[in-house]
Amino acid sequence: MLKLIWTTGPYIATIVFIVGMFWRYKFDRYGWTSRSSQMYESRLLRIGSPLFHFGLLMALGGHFMGLVIPESVTERLGISEKLYHIVAVAMGSLAGVMVVMGMSILIYRRRTVTRVFQVTTKMDKLMYLVLGTLIGLGVYNTIGINLLNLPGKYPDGYNYRETVAVWFRSVATFSPRAELMSEAPLTFQLHALASMALIAIIPITRLVHIFSAPIGYLSRPYLVYRSQTAKKSRRGWEPTLR
Amino acid sequence: MRVMAQIGMVMNLDKCIGCHTCSVTCKQTWTNRQGVEYVWFNNVETRPGIGYPRTYEDQEQWQGGWTLKRNGKLRLKSGGRLSRLSKIFSNPKLPGLDDYYEPWTYDYDNLISSPTTDTVPVARPKSLITGKNMKIEWSANWDDDLGGTYKTGQDDPMLKGIEDSVKFEFEKSFMFYLPRICEHCLNPSCVASCPSGAMYKRSEDGIVLVDGDKCRGWRMCVTGCPYKKVYFNHRSGKAEKCTLCFPRLEVGQPTVCAETCVGRLRYIGLFLYDADRVLEAASVENDQDLYEAQLSLLLDPHDEAIIAQAKKDGIPEDWLEAAKNSPVYKLAKEYKVALPLHPEYRTMPMVWYIPPLSPVVDALKNTGNDAENVNNLFAAIDTLRIPAQYLANLMSAGDVTVIDNVLKKLAAMRSYMRDFNLGNEFNEEIPNSVDMSGEDMYEMYKLLAIAKYKDRYVIPAAHKETADRLEEAMSSGCSVNFDEVSPKSTDGRNPIPVAIETFSLTKKRMYSETYSEITDEDKK
Repeated sequence: MLKLIWTTGPYIATIVFIVGMFWRYKFDRYGWTSRSSQMYESRLLRIGSPLFHFGLLMALGGHFMGLVIPESVTERLGISEKLYHIVAVAMGSLAGVMVVMGMSILIYRRRTVTRVFQVTTKMDKLMYLVLGTLIGLGVYNTIGINLLNLPGKYPDGYNYRETVAVWFRSVATFSPRAELMSEAPLTFQLHALASMALIAIIPITRLVHIFSAPIGYLSRPYLVYRSQTAKKSRRGWEPTLR
Repeated sequence: MRVMAQIGMVMNLDKCIGCHTCSVTCKQTWTNRQGVEYVWFNNVETRPGIGYPRTYEDQEQWQGGWTLKRNGKLRLKSGGRLSRLSKIFSNPKLPGLDDYYEPWTYDYDNLISSPTTDTVPVARPKSLITGKNMKIEWSANWDDDLGGTYKTGQDDPMLKGIEDSVKFEFEKSFMFYLPRICEHCLNPSCVASCPSGAMYKRSEDGIVLVDGDKCRGWRMCVTGCPYKKVYFNHRSGKAEKCTLCFPRLEVGQPTVCAETCVGRLRYIGLFLYDADRVLEAASVENDQDLYEAQLSLLLDPHDEAIIAQAKKDGIPEDWLEAAKNSPVYKLAKEYKVALPLHPEYRTMPMVWYIPPLSPVVDALKNTGNDAENVNNLFAAIDTLRIPAQYLANLMSAGDVTVIDNVLKKLAAMRSYMRDFNLGNEFNEEIPNSVDMSGEDMYEMYKLLAIAKYKDRYVIPAAHKETADRLEEAMSSGCSVNFDEVSPKSTDGRNPIPVAIETFSLTKKRMYSETYSEITDEDKK
């Protein structure tokens, strides 16, 4: 059973994600937004939102380092496992603290500011649950296991680059090695599981705004002209009367 | 040179009585939906006053518009591209809902459903945001007619430097109304701010629009616009703004605000401008040179060389004809009585204002002098520095001579035409004293005082070959026949046109002197 999850889970999540994103783009382009609530409240948001988002960007960068770049490559570059571990745990802990602090402020804000709470949808709550679980497990793995050695089993930290990362790359090359995941500590397994759940629900949440990160803005001309007669793209639906 | 067409508007502030009809009809048409309850694409402000949203003109606080860098290059006032992208997670310069106001309704139901009591039931105000009871403390025109200005008036950003004198003038009721819509700028800072590239300027007519399908709700346009005329729909998470009623303009009808203006003070027409020189004009060093720089962009539609170039740049024949008859070109460039609002923001705004002479006339009248005598008026314009300085802060980056010149033209027209009305001989010295010919002055009088519908609005329709893309159906050359579409039709395949009136019917109604000219035959 567990083996099935590690061999098919990532693919199911990815397919749901791709189909879902296509569906969302085709049918709900108008609903594709970050749904900012800054107009309602900005004092708490000004602290919480940048903490959360920049923390997440750091964490994403860390995951790229840890999962995509093989241990052999960093070793060849002269970075010992020990040095890598120290840097990863330090940066990871910093990112974790930022994300947890930011998210706590944001959730507190969402719950206590009436204006914000009123526009919180069911999807938002589901997203907060999955994302919160994912972050909680990730922070426990970094700070709880690798920094503080809370379970007492990993005095030098757990080297996920020998199991989780290899499994991740084996999934990417379509030859999943499930047994590697089964060896990892339970919280690492749960973290991977939660990440699959998150990837699958992205298309139906406000998280779609991640994929609109406006990088192109840095290079486009300031003024945009568009012709009235430009071809209009058709939506997936016809306007109807209520 | 690249000739482009721009639909512009001029408002004659002397005629504005602050009735808010434009605001109300605009709201009914465009922003009576959830998420934009607080939004007024058109609003009317009493000046001096702090405006809507509060103190929006204080760009040190709100960082709207452009600023000149030390190297003479233009940069958005809120920062360079990278610096603004880094603020995307929490925009520090976004006005909050309370800077506009918390919209509300009343619990009218309580008036009829209340049981019999000793006291009269009341309809309590309910917030449209939270649905809870609320205390009304501010609105889009809270300081209307100087109401409460004794408390807030000194916060008007345009009073900097003349605060002390204006306090005195308040008691003499120096006041006028300023209706505002989106400026549809030639150098729009909102468009430049949009990280998604969802905002654009329409190349045919210069209307600035938001593509709701591309907007991702980053809110940078709200900060970028110094006039705060791009709004954030807090429910849909998308930007929304004044569209200059493009579905109406496309079929040759004026905007809703202009059409319904009871003072008939709005003018709509075409400008031809040199798109290649916009950046250069917006980058002149001195703020007070911006008005002249902006004027220099407007091209003479009668000049053969410009007509030839315009044709080369794809501007259709009938648009060139409309540009020749454009009331806004006449008022802004030929008579030079219409001024841009806040040229110092460097956005090259295309809604122009004729500053009000009435504060001067009123003050003169109160002294018992003849307020239509040209010498008295000129003397009063020279003496009454406070209204002139205030108007200059609004419309000429503080350059009082620009305001003086306009006010003197208006004063001269007043005196010149009095002779006409009294049956006296025209005194040609009057127009000559403001560098105008008597003929021009009479033409200006006809445009400003008689203000016929067909003279106020010279709007070329969009082209038939593109008619199938128009939002509103035209009566001819269009296959949509809404007589055959049942209003209850729900098949979704036959969308009903937005306007039920046909173009020709509307046109006939507008230009006819009486209503009886329209027969039942027309209504088909």
